[in-house]
Amino acid sequence: MISIITFLPVATVLALLLVSRGSERAVRFIALFGSLATLGFALALLFSFSPETRGFQPQLTEQWRWIQSLGVSYKVGLDGISLFLVVLAALLTPIAILSSWTSVQKRILEFHIAILLLETGMIGVFVAMDLVLFYVFWEVMLIPMYLLIGIWGSGNRIYAAVKFFLYTVAGSLLMFLAILYLHGHVARHLAPLPATFDLEVIYTVLKAHPLGSGEQLALFLAFAASFAVKVPLFPFHTWLPDAHTEAPTAGSVILAGVLLKMGTYGFLRFAIPFFPLASLEAAPWICALAIVGIIFGACMCLVQEDMKRLVAYSSVSHLGFVMLGIFAFNLRGISGGVVQMINHGISTGALFLLIGAMYERRHTRMIVEYGGVAALAPRFAVIFFITTFSSIGLPFLNGFVGEFLILQGAFEANRTQAVLATSGVVLGAVYMLVLCRRLLLGPMSNPENDHLTDLNRRELGFLIPLVLLMVALGIFSPWLTDRVTPSVEHWLDRWAQVSSSR
Amino acid sequence: MESALILIPILPFLGFLINGLLGHKMPRRAVSFFACAGPAAAAILSLLAFQQVAGGEGKAIVQSLGDWIRAGSLHVPFGLKVDHLSGVMLLVITGVGTLIHVYSLGYMRDDPGYPRFFAYLNLFMAAMLVLVLANNIVLLFLGWEGVGLCSYLLIGFWYKDLSNARAGMKAFVVNRVGDFGFVLGVFLIFVTFGTFEFDALNAGAAAKVTVSDSSTLWWIGILLFVGATGKSAQIPLYVWLPDAMAGPTPVSALIHAATMVTSGIYLLARLSGLFVASGVLPIVATIGALTALLGALIALTQTDIKKVLAYSTVSQLGYMFLGAGVGAFGVAVFHLVTHAFFKALLFLAAGAVIHSLHHEQDMRKMGGLLRKLPITATVFLVGALALSGFPLTAGFFSKDEILHETLHGGHALLYAVGFVTAILTAFYTFRQFCMVFLGEYRGSAHEGHGHHDTRGALVHHADSSEIRESPWVMLGPLVILGLLSLGGGFLDVPGFLLGAAHETQAAGVGTEAHGPDTGKLTGWILGGSAAIVGILAAFTAFQWSPGLVTRLQGTTPGKIFARLSYNKFYVDEAYDLLLVRPFSAVSLILFYLIDRALIDCVLVGGTGFFVRLTGSALRRIQTGRIPTYTVLLVAGVVGLLTIFLWAAG
Amino acid sequence: MTLSLSFCLHLSAAIFSIGVYGVLTRSNLIVILMSLEIMLNAVNLSLVAFGRAFLTDLTRDPSGPQVFVIMVLAVAAAEAAVGLSILLAVYRKWRTTNAGEIDLLKG
Repeated sequence: MISIITFLPVATVLALLLVSRGSERAVRFIALFGSLATLGFALALLFSFSPETRGFQPQLTEQWRWIQSLGVSYKVGLDGISLFLVVLAALLTPIAILSSWTSVQKRILEFHIAILLLETGMIGVFVAMDLVLFYVFWEVMLIPMYLLIGIWGSGNRIYAAVKFFLYTVAGSLLMFLAILYLHGHVARHLAPLPATFDLEVIYTVLKAHPLGSGEQLALFLAFAASFAVKVPLFPFHTWLPDAHTEAPTAGSVILAGVLLKMGTYGFLRFAIPFFPLASLEAAPWICALAIVGIIFGACMCLVQEDMKRLVAYSSVSHLGFVMLGIFAFNLRGISGGVVQMINHGISTGALFLLIGAMYERRHTRMIVEYGGVAALAPRFAVIFFITTFSSIGLPFLNGFVGEFLILQGAFEANRTQAVLATSGVVLGAVYMLVLCRRLLLGPMSNPENDHLTDLNRRELGFLIPLVLLMVALGIFSPWLTDRVTPSVEHWLDRWAQVSSSR
Repeated sequence: MESALILIPILPFLGFLINGLLGHKMPRRAVSFFACAGPAAAAILSLLAFQQVAGGEGKAIVQSLGDWIRAGSLHVPFGLKVDHLSGVMLLVITGVGTLIHVYSLGYMRDDPGYPRFFAYLNLFMAAMLVLVLANNIVLLFLGWEGVGLCSYLLIGFWYKDLSNARAGMKAFVVNRVGDFGFVLGVFLIFVTFGTFEFDALNAGAAAKVTVSDSSTLWWIGILLFVGATGKSAQIPLYVWLPDAMAGPTPVSALIHAATMVTSGIYLLARLSGLFVASGVLPIVATIGALTALLGALIALTQTDIKKVLAYSTVSQLGYMFLGAGVGAFGVAVFHLVTHAFFKALLFLAAGAVIHSLHHEQDMRKMGGLLRKLPITATVFLVGALALSGFPLTAGFFSKDEILHETLHGGHALLYAVGFVTAILTAFYTFRQFCMVFLGEYRGSAHEGHGHHDTRGALVHHADSSEIRESPWVMLGPLVILGLLSLGGGFLDVPGFLLGAAHETQAAGVGTEAHGPDTGKLTGWILGGSAAIVGILAAFTAFQWSPGLVTRLQGTTPGKIFARLSYNKFYVDEAYDLLLVRPFSAVSLILFYLIDRALIDCVLVGGTGFFVRLTGSALRRIQTGRIPTYTVLLVAGVVGLLTIFLWAAG
Repeated sequence: MTLSLSFCLHLSAAIFSIGVYGVLTRSNLIVILMSLEIMLNAVNLSLVAFGRAFLTDLTRDPSGPQVFVIMVLAVAAAEAAVGLSILLAVYRKWRTTNAGEIDLLKG
């Protein structure tokens, strides 16, 4: 099941190559159909997921031998932490394809191949239960993203693409070295048995034979380097505004919606459980950086003139909340972090889609070029407002639940930090409402906007489901948290055992 | 009734959905029907619920609909509860709310955003009803933010005018500052008590205070109070309310006078047990008294008909906080109820005036309207008397009870402040009455060139001949509210709430110890005379001896005061200078200094430069000729072999 | 007589060195390719020798080295094909097969 979801996009790519002589429409429809089928399977996954199971779901785990001599296997599985991230990735891909229906006009075949490969990479990262497999997917997803920004981006796209690539590669190389070192440690302690990269085995080995504290710190920092860049944690964030700004809409949506979560997911799945002592030691620093990111990101939003750049900085701020929740090391903080990952994917994805729709019409992202859009495009304005309020955490919309749980968890862990982070909520309202005011409200000041058209049916077709999700997840949040918390509890049990082991 | 509680907020919400989604496709009539049907049905249900609670055993009605948020031991249920306090609030909200909906049918008749307006208004009703029905503080926060959202949307209803949009934003952001305190209070509550439910909190606080964990309780109290100052427009967060008058007048009446702004008081009353135990009440009382005074002082010189009422609202909310601060929660709620009647009345009457004058709000261009608009003038007079606390009107009883309780609780200084404010209140209210309804009409004297009103449309000043009474759909609600303002004082709200508290033994409202009312008669005489003194002074200054004010403003202290008051003591400017501007400046500097210069240039650019430097040094080896490479390759292999052999040997 | 393992290895080393010498000193690309083949075959020789030696050592699997020889032969064939075709392309472009004159990749 999981393998089908992971590789269905690749199969679609093969189908695309077969009809590569076909019309552009055929290409778009095949890609859309493939990604929708993936989404269908991902939704089916929700039903075969048993909420009570703590940790990885045995009935969903799949394992095949791969490179036996090195102990590398193909092993994929899911738990409550990764389940919704997979669904999110499967959801945002068809939306990204739909959003590019008219805006992408060059190299259409290649564009869809890149997006579909990206989807496989993203889903693979979330389902991999083998370190090498994880690393392979991690790198696989990098290349299509690089191409998306570099080929289909705007203006300064080469600079942004290279910056994105270098930041991420620098991080992941360090992580690869750490993986190899870890492998050595595991192999030594498994001695008569063959070595392995299997995640669950590594957990067990590290529990029985923890690494020394110096080793832990070095390896933790190596992993953290890779993940912190992706999150992005202040001060590793400056690639993000550039990448977001220059990327095509589809790229921005996937980048903000899914790619950033790989960083936080990496901390949750690998860096912290592997190196509990080091992460405890680093927690105050990481929390401090997260808080700086929350407030700094919000401040940056206040002075941006470019809509996409503004939303990019808001991601820095929002992901700061997620990091803070994770490093609170308690149930509410981490569950809230996972919930917030999903919610941020939905609301920021929607924001980028909306901005992309405007960009397609007016070919500018500068806020000053707009004003009074609400009168011309009421549907756009309504959806933009709902998304804004979801993003600033208004109760009854999805953003609130995650933020509330994170801050409650952070408050339980460290009150000063929670107080500082909560101030970010105030700033969040300021910058988003300033954006709304400058974009939507006021008189129509720019005559070039006179012929602005409202959202069309296709655009409503992918935005309305997102809006419905925002409302639904805001009201029926237990449906989400009930599937997340057992795994987080399991995570915390293990964490409590290993972090107190000495 | 237990299973129908949820319908009370749901019905207006349905109205919101229908009008919001389909309103622009439906005929006006249908929009009007759905707009008023929801609140009216909610009002009927509220009445039924109230009867069940008030009559019979007096038991609270509870409905629980599963969890809204759940994570481990943290549960936030969709729990609704009607007890005496929320029953009273329900009646006020749905009653006044329905009247204002009906009134709006007339007031907004010609507005192109008609369905949108009612959609927002219905959404507001739903949120406000959730606020008072919630049985836990997080669900209350849902309503709390919901009403804030609607306030934002409705203040900026005529969004094409940027200043309206700004005012809406200001309201939302200032409220968020208050919410900052509120949510921290909520977090602290959960850490301390492990629950969010009001009953458990009130009971738990009483138990906690004996365990001497008083500093935590103090913090909870003060943080929640910060939230309350935001929503209820108290010092230092009152600045948004006067600006909120940019919205349509029915909105000012419903949201910014009668209901939403009182939710801070409701919060205090709802958690009265906790607030009494927390020991923050003296601060609440002081802030309340100061706000009452400040609001009244500013209201003295305002010239916009709605601004006067807005500052008066700030001032009256201050009274309520004063009442709550001296422990008389029931009395505070009583004043809340009467204030809802007469302030809604005043706003709606002012709206009728504005409507008749084609959106003129400047009182300097009014006058003499008593003859043109007799009904409006009469109901406005009723409201003004009630606001001034004229004997036997609604405001008289509730305000006097607050002052009485203040003195009774031994707060002589606060009592003095409250008493002075009472005189000022009567004075500014009748200053307004004189300016609007008495004297000569000054509108046409001003050359009718026309100007842009708040909607951005060009309007012409009404000729005195075309000024007409508003339609009955607007006057009807005014008359009903007028009757309530006259007779509302005879409702024994405090006694009702107090009785409930004694009956159910719940640590709800009315924990104040009620002593024998020996001083009550004296209080009535004093309060009544304060109102009469203020009213007479206003008539003297503005009707009988018009030169007096000019003479007073001629003196230096008079000039300074008039200036300060007219400019609202420059608080907005101070906030702008001390908070807003530095903040944006710092953000801009941070962006260029840290993000652009430090990180991008020094760190990232520096790394790039280093790599480039190394590269240009190493490129010399890269000759491009295969023989060179092979030599290097073999040399490398030999070198490595040597090292390995040496290491092994 | 039987060839000892050490004799074979020494022979292999000698052939390998000849190959290295060829690669280093010759400038003609064809000769360099031929020298490479010599080096590959030197390695093959040692592999075969190891396989033979393993026949008497029961703890080891003798088929391993043999398989590798086949593998190397296959790779060598592929390599020769690719190498020669590159060489042909180079010759077409520069009209020379002198390795020292081709420096397009100069940094």
